Parts: sequence; structure tokens; C-alpha cells
Amino acid sequence: MPPWSDILEVLTLQTYNTRLVVLSTSLLGIAAGLVGAFLLLRKRSLMGDALSHATLPGVAIAFAVMVSLGGTGKSLPGLLLGATISGVAGIVTMLLIRNTTRLRDDVAMGFVLSVFFGIGVASLQMVQNIPGASAAGLESFIYGKTASMVHSDFILIAVVAGVASLVSLALTKEFLLLCFDDGFAASQGWPTLMLDMALLGLVTAVTVIGLQAVGLILVIAFLITPPTAARFWTNNLVPMLFLSAGIGGISGWLGASISALTPQLPAGAVIVLVAAALFLISMLFAPARGVIPRLVRQGRLRRKVDRQHLLRAAYEILESMASDDETRNIPLPMDALQGMRTWTPHQLGKILRVARREDHLEPAVPGMIRLSEPGFGEAARVTRNHRLWESYLINYADIAPSHVDRDADMVEHILGADLVSELEADLDSRDIVLPVPPSPHPIQTEPRAEA
Amino acid sequence: MNWTSFDTWIVVVGALCAVACALPGCFLVLRKMSMMGDAISHAVLPGLAIAFLITGTRASVPMFIGAATAGVLTALFTQWISKLGNVDRGAAMGIVFTTLFAVGLILIRQAADHVDLDPGCVLYGAIELTPLDEVHFGGFAIPRAALVNGVVLIANLIIVLSLFKELKLSAFDPDLANTLGFSSQFLHYLLMTMVAITTVAAFESVGSIIVIAMLIVPPATALLLTRSLPAMLWIASGTAAASALIGHVSAIVVPGWFGFDATTTSGMIAFAAGLLFFLAWMFSPSEGLIVNQIRQKRTQMQEPVMEESNG
Amino acid sequence: MHTESLNTQSSFPPKNTEPRPEHPPEVPLAIHDLTVAYHRKPVLWDIELNIPEGKLVGIVGPNGAGKSTLLKACLDLIPKTSGWAHIYGKPYRKARHRVAYVPQRESVDWDFPVSALDVVAMGAYRRLGWFRRVNKAETERARNALDQVGIAHLADRQISQLSGGQQQRVFLARALMQDADLYLMDEPFAAVDAATEQAIVKLLRTLSAQGKTCLVVHHDLATVTTYFDWLVLLNMRVVASGPAEETFTRENLQKTYGGKLNLLEKAAEALGHSID
Repeated sequence: MPPWSDILEVLTLQTYNTRLVVLSTSLLGIAAGLVGAFLLLRKRSLMGDALSHATLPGVAIAFAVMVSLGGTGKSLPGLLLGATISGVAGIVTMLLIRNTTRLRDDVAMGFVLSVFFGIGVASLQMVQNIPGASAAGLESFIYGKTASMVHSDFILIAVVAGVASLVSLALTKEFLLLCFDDGFAASQGWPTLMLDMALLGLVTAVTVIGLQAVGLILVIAFLITPPTAARFWTNNLVPMLFLSAGIGGISGWLGASISALTPQLPAGAVIVLVAAALFLISMLFAPARGVIPRLVRQGRLRRKVDRQHLLRAAYEILESMASDDETRNIPLPMDALQGMRTWTPHQLGKILRVARREDHLEPAVPGMIRLSEPGFGEAARVTRNHRLWESYLINYADIAPSHVDRDADMVEHILGADLVSELEADLDSRDIVLPVPPSPHPIQTEPRAEA
Repeated sequence: MNWTSFDTWIVVVGALCAVACALPGCFLVLRKMSMMGDAISHAVLPGLAIAFLITGTRASVPMFIGAATAGVLTALFTQWISKLGNVDRGAAMGIVFTTLFAVGLILIRQAADHVDLDPGCVLYGAIELTPLDEVHFGGFAIPRAALVNGVVLIANLIIVLSLFKELKLSAFDPDLANTLGFSSQFLHYLLMTMVAITTVAAFESVGSIIVIAMLIVPPATALLLTRSLPAMLWIASGTAAASALIGHVSAIVVPGWFGFDATTTSGMIAFAAGLLFFLAWMFSPSEGLIVNQIRQKRTQMQEPVMEESNG
Repeated sequence: MHTESLNTQSSFPPKNTEPRPEHPPEVPLAIHDLTVAYHRKPVLWDIELNIPEGKLVGIVGPNGAGKSTLLKACLDLIPKTSGWAHIYGKPYRKARHRVAYVPQRESVDWDFPVSALDVVAMGAYRRLGWFRRVNKAETERARNALDQVGIAHLADRQISQLSGGQQQRVFLARALMQDADLYLMDEPFAAVDAATEQAIVKLLRTLSAQGKTCLVVHHDLATVTTYFDWLVLLNMRVVASGPAEETFTRENLQKTYGGKLNLLEKAAEALGHSID
């Protein structure tokens, strides 16, 4: 563990070299987060995969060309230009395969990925034997070599990342339409093919500058992981874009910093792992769409449904026990409750425990249960809502009274207060007796058959 | 060109490996999961690294186990993320394999001080050196890579032949397969295991780039030429073997045209497969682009004649 | 093109035909000799159709009859093998501003991170053009459109949290945003609740009263004559087209849905294979 002063020094970009590296990867992360978000929404995340592999032949060929023109072949802009050209060739091949054959997207991507990469590997091997020129280091484009970054590299990355971010923000509306409904976009006269090419062009730009920083395999993660993580937090596009950019930027910043502190860890890999960790956190804990909040919500709804079932069953038993018209809160036998629904004794026990905890029940003699005052009030309310809804379904939706109980059961638990008042207004004119109207169908007190 | 028995063995090893890949590849392509081959071949890296760190050798068996585990985990994690998190399958796959690959890179870097396992060797392999590592088998000396890839090919062949009906059904209609009692989940993971093991066998000798190419490109070529599954398997195997031959020959010959020495056979095998795909794309009797052009011209020329006969 | 060789009625239709003055320029939709093929298999043959202005038009036919294809071909979303479709006398690309399209609900991913209001605002994108954002005025119009279809209170909901009927209403509101004269709707009644169905019918009537023309792909024969005042019976070709009561005859339905009739389909099948 490096001392705190070192950590602080790196995180606050004190040293020159770290500053270059960390700023580059952060900017790259922001740009990739923005562009990748649209790629994800277009359901083409793996396009980045194919594209990044397709850049390799360009690197090798650009090197050979530059050497034959008398340079060292190591000029980054030149190499990246080559990468761009072969990346675009890869996209064009992909689109051609998709549009002129029966083969699907995935095959087109797989084809471009493997064949271009194969050509890349073969040509890299060839140029390595060029006499008088050292191609060593070209392979770092596969795995990334952040440490060797110089000032001009940084400028290049910053400019390209900045332009890519601005363009994708400027075209947000157009990309949104393309990703959501390309048929509608085309019918409105938007050039969907051109928009697709523009999006893939941005992906190419991000991929190419990512080659130097994290390498062609890990740049894929930059394009996919942040937007997917961001999607868990929000259901709106614009916040998703900014979150995605933020997650990408933080991954780049933290990852490069950690790697700067522990030199034996390659930066690209650490950045990817930071992004993956952020993804995992988002997937598990994000309130909007995360897995755990969703499970909690489902559990809460299930408990609510159980509670309402219990209270309504109790109320209906009390109704049948009442000698006159008025239903009173008296102790009722557990067996009767058991008969109302298909509860197993175990389930019923659990539901009763919850009800006790929520103060819906009062202590009673064994074999009997007794509702508390608030419990009784709640039971009346729940039963009333159920019957209101049933009447509505019978009167307005033409559902047979024999089926209405089950149908009402499916929806009533998610009814909000506003809907209930709407129901009341609807039913008010129809002589429906409030507070608790009689059931519109005979109540079955025998155990039902398993649904 | 100076062809030796050395070159023959390289082609044989390449062909064995290529055909071993093309067989499961056909089903991957039919299941619209072509990219899974790429994902798995990257994601086996941590499996290899862990097996290596634990045993400290490059012995085959632990490597196989490690890689197969990593491969199945890739499929499993992808499934989980896309189901649980409601994430697009492609994106889920991308996240899983890049993360596993990153883990692999870090593990290898940790081990790099005392072992010679570099990620480059996973990608390109060293098919040119395979004939040097010989084993004796029934009195013959054959390259170990030929033996390994041969065994994998036979295993894949047995699985494909014995489960042909089930694989076909579950690729075409997974729901029906499930209702008929053939768990398409099981077949899915079986396929993933085949891909993972095939990848490792290849990694040892020829490099995973061949695997990615051979899983996708020959089956795609075959799909352009036929619509029958048995024919597809045959054509894909044939194309794969032909790619190995053409690839090695061009690895020796082509660089000479540009004034270079020979290049890697594995890259050129992928290139050769691409070339064969291109030929099928242009000249497939049923749907080749150029064939279609010619056909259209001919129909247009015949048209007046048909008009006359109609009138 | 190969399909033309089978075309015996109209001899040798020239491709890329310029509009011939066969119809008055103000016909909302005029289709002449339209043939569409998917992978060389024809799905629409020789469509001749003139839709009069201000009508509520139902397009009816069995599955695979090419109803959606017809709309898409009119909108240049799929290539035509031959023939043309003109909107108010002009090719589609010149009459875009007068057409609104409501695609099938399944055609988009409803899990997409946008709200109902965002989707409706997409109807203004063509007006806004490149780079310009959705402004206040357009947002206000989008709210009005949502109000018109009765779901103004759901404007900020993410679209996956809407019911099927509400999603369909969002699509209709988007079409309203376009302020068009001709509405092409692909199965707006598919899998919606009764209330939504009534709301859509009411909306169609309002549009029709304003002199707009609506073409609606429909599959419920029971309601056809009550909803529409003009019918197109389609099964790969136009079986009949005309005022609803006149067109909705036993004989015509038999021709459209009749099992044995589909020689055409077999011919298309054969044609698809013959060239292989």
C-alpha cells in the first residue's frame, strides 16, 4: 500500500506524467460513455467490439507506409489515421454483409472482427521484420500502453474526445429518434443510414483514441459498461447520458490513478475493473432498476397483498357472523380464516405474525383471532375497495360476476387513492351503498381449488 | 517455395483445429450467438491464468479445466446479467468478457515474473512451432498439437452426431425443444463448453484468433451456399480445412510479394477464411451478388419474348 | 425486374414513372401498379388504389396479406419493385409534411429511457430540423396532443410503465403532433382495451370531420362497417375498394379470405423458388 501522500498526489494530478495519463483516460471515458449510450440504445453494443478489432490492420499498414516514406513509423496521428481507415472499412463490410445477404448482424460482426483481426495479426508480423525499423510497441495497441503517453498524444486524445462528446450531445435529438424508432425516423425524412454512419463514426473515433490508452480489447468495455450501468439509475435519456459520461470518466480517473500507484497493474485492465465494479454496484443497488431494490419492492407488494387478503377475509367472516346488518369487530375462529383462501398453515402463520407486528391484530384466545380497532377500520376499507372495483368491472367492463372476484384481486392491490376516488365518483350515481357495499356475488367460505 | 513435412504438419494441425471449431460454430451462428465465440475466447484468459498460478505448469489438464470453467462462467454471467438486470444480451456479453479479460491480464502480469505465459501467445499462438513438440503415438511421432486438436475434433464430432436432432431443434425453436423435454439450457451450456474447450486446445497450439474466425466464418460461408443443416456442417468443415491449407501457403507466399518474410499462419488462416467467404458472397449459385446481377440481366433480356408469348 | 414478366395486364410498366394525370392532384393517396417483393417473393401485386379525401379508410385482409407492407411502401420505408404511390399528387419525399405515420406498437422497444411526452415530441422533430432542441411551444403542443388522446396526466411516465392502450395513445398523440393531412396507422386497435378503442374511434372521427384522411390497418371484421366509411379489401392485391357498405359484401370477403383462392400466394412462392 503506497503512503497517503502518494495517493493524494496521484488523485489530484500533481505529477506531470500522471496528469497526462489520468486526464486522457478520464476524457476518453466521458466521450465513450456518451457515444456508448447511443450504441447501447441502438442495441449494437458489440459493434464496438467488431470495430476495435477491425482497426488493427490499419495500424500495421500505416506503420509500413510511414516507414517506406522514410519516417520511423511511430507517429501516433499516422497510426491512428490508419486505424480509422481500416475501422471504417470494417463498418462498411459489416453493413454490406447485412444488407446484401441473409446473414444476421451477429454474423456480420463476427466476420469482420475475426477476419480483420487475422489480417491485422498477419500484417503486424510482417512489418515487424522491416529492416531498419523497429515495430516493437505496435502490439501495445492490442493491450494498451498508457505509461508511454506524451504531451502531443494527450492533445490528440483530448481534442478527439471533446469533439466526439460535443457532436453526440448536439445530435442527441436525432440519435434518440434513430435509436427509439428508426422506421418513424425514416418516414419523417431523417437520413437514418447517415445517422447510423455518424454514430458509428463517433464510435470509431473513440475506439481509435482508446487504442493507445487501454488497447483494442479493453476499449470495448469503455463503450459498453458505463452506459449499461447508467441505465440502472434512470428512465430518462438525458440523465442517463450524463451518468454514463460520469461513470466512464470516473472509471478512467480512478483506474489510471490506481495503476499509477501500483506500476505492476496495467492501466487498461484496472480501468475496466473499476468500470465493472461500478456496473455491479449499479446493477445491484440502483433504486430505479437495480436488482435488490426491485426485489424489495416485489416483497413489499407481496406483503401488502397478503395483508389485504387477510383483512378482507377476516372482514367477510365477520360479516357472515353478524346477526343484524351491522358488522362488529368480534373475535373470529382461525379455521374460518383458513377456509377463505388457499393458505397453507405455515403461510397463514407468517401472515398473522406480520399483521400482529403491524398492530392489525389484538391478542385473543388460542384458535381465535381478533382485529384491533385500526385493523378493523383497514379491513373495512380494503373490503370496500374490492367491492367498488368489482362493481365497476361488472357495470363497465362486462365481466361476469362469477369471475369478477379474481379479476378485481389482480388489480386492486395496486390501486392508488386517486383511482379509488374516481371509482367512487363513477359508482356514486348508481345507488351503491357506502361505506362497505354488499358483495355483488356470493362469498365462498369453503377452501378454493388451487388456482 | 520449399514445402517440407514440417509444413504438412502445420496444415494438418490447422485443419484439425479449424474443423473442430466449425462444427460447434454452425450452431452458434444458427442460434444468433456468433459473438459468443469471440467473448469466450477472450474470457478464457483468467481461467488459464488461475490454472497456471495454482499448478505452476503449463500442463494440459488443469488448463483445460480452467478454461472450460471460465467459458461456462462467461455464458452464465451473460445470462444472469441480461435476465436479472434486463440488459441487452450483446451488452451483457461485452461487459462479462472484457471484465474477465482484464482480470486475466492482471493475473498474468502478476505471474509474468516467473513464467513465460504472455497474452500475445494466447492470441496468435505459434502454429509454426507445433511440429517441434512431438509425442509418440502407436509407434508414430506426431506433433502434440495434432493429437490434442484431433481429440477435440473427434469429441466435437461425437457430440454433434449423437445430439444432432436435439441441437438442431434447440437452435431452431428453443421453446419447442423445452416442451419436448430437451433442455435447451443444457444444450446451450454444452455448446458453450464445447466452444471453451475447443478454444483452449487451439490456444495451446494455434492461437485463439483462428478459433474466433473458424467458429464464425466457415459456418457463415456455408449458410450462403446451402439451407440444409447437414450440408451446412459439411461445407463449413470443408471450408475450414481449405482455409488452413490456403492460409499456410499464403503465409509463406504472400509476404514475398511485398518484400517481407513469411508471416504468421494463424492470421493468414483467418484471412483465407475471409477470402472464401467473399467468394461465396459473390458467386453463391443461390444468392451470390454477382450471380444475381447476371441473372437479372438475363431475365431482362428474356422479357420481350415472354411478353409476346403472353399476348 | 423479374416480377414484371408475370404481369400480364399492364404491359411493361416503365420504371420510375412520372405521375400521369390520371387522377386529380388533390387525391390524398394514389397508388399505381405497385408491386413489392421481399427476398424476391412478391407480397403485393399490381396495387391500383385511389383514396378520396376526408375519408376514414379501413384496410382489411388476412394475415400476410401485405397490409403493413402497403403502408410502408407508401412511406418509402421499403423499396418498390415497380409502380408508384403519390401523396396529394407528389412522391412521398416531397409530401412528407402532409403525412403522419403510426407504426405497429411492437415495432419499438418500450423499455427505452424516454417519457410519454418525449415520444410525442418526436412528432415535432421534422419541423424542428437538425440540431434544434424541442422548445417550449412544441412541448406545449405535445401536452395538448396527449390531452387530446386523454392521457395528459401520464406525460412524465416512462413508456414501459404505460398499459398497451396508453402506449397506443402515445403513438397517436405523436401523429397528431405532426399536424398532417393524411394519417397512416398500422393496427392501432391491436391489443388495446375497450376504452382506448373508443377513444381512437372518436379521434378518427374528429380528424375526418376536419377533412383529414385516415388509412387504418384493421383486423376486426365485426367493427369494420361501424368504424370506417371507405374500405380496402386486400390480399396481396386489391380485392375491392369503395364505400364501406357497398364493399363489405359476402362475395368480396370470400374473395379476400377464401382459402382456395390463394393461387396467387402459390405463384409467388413458386416465383421465389424458381430463380434459386
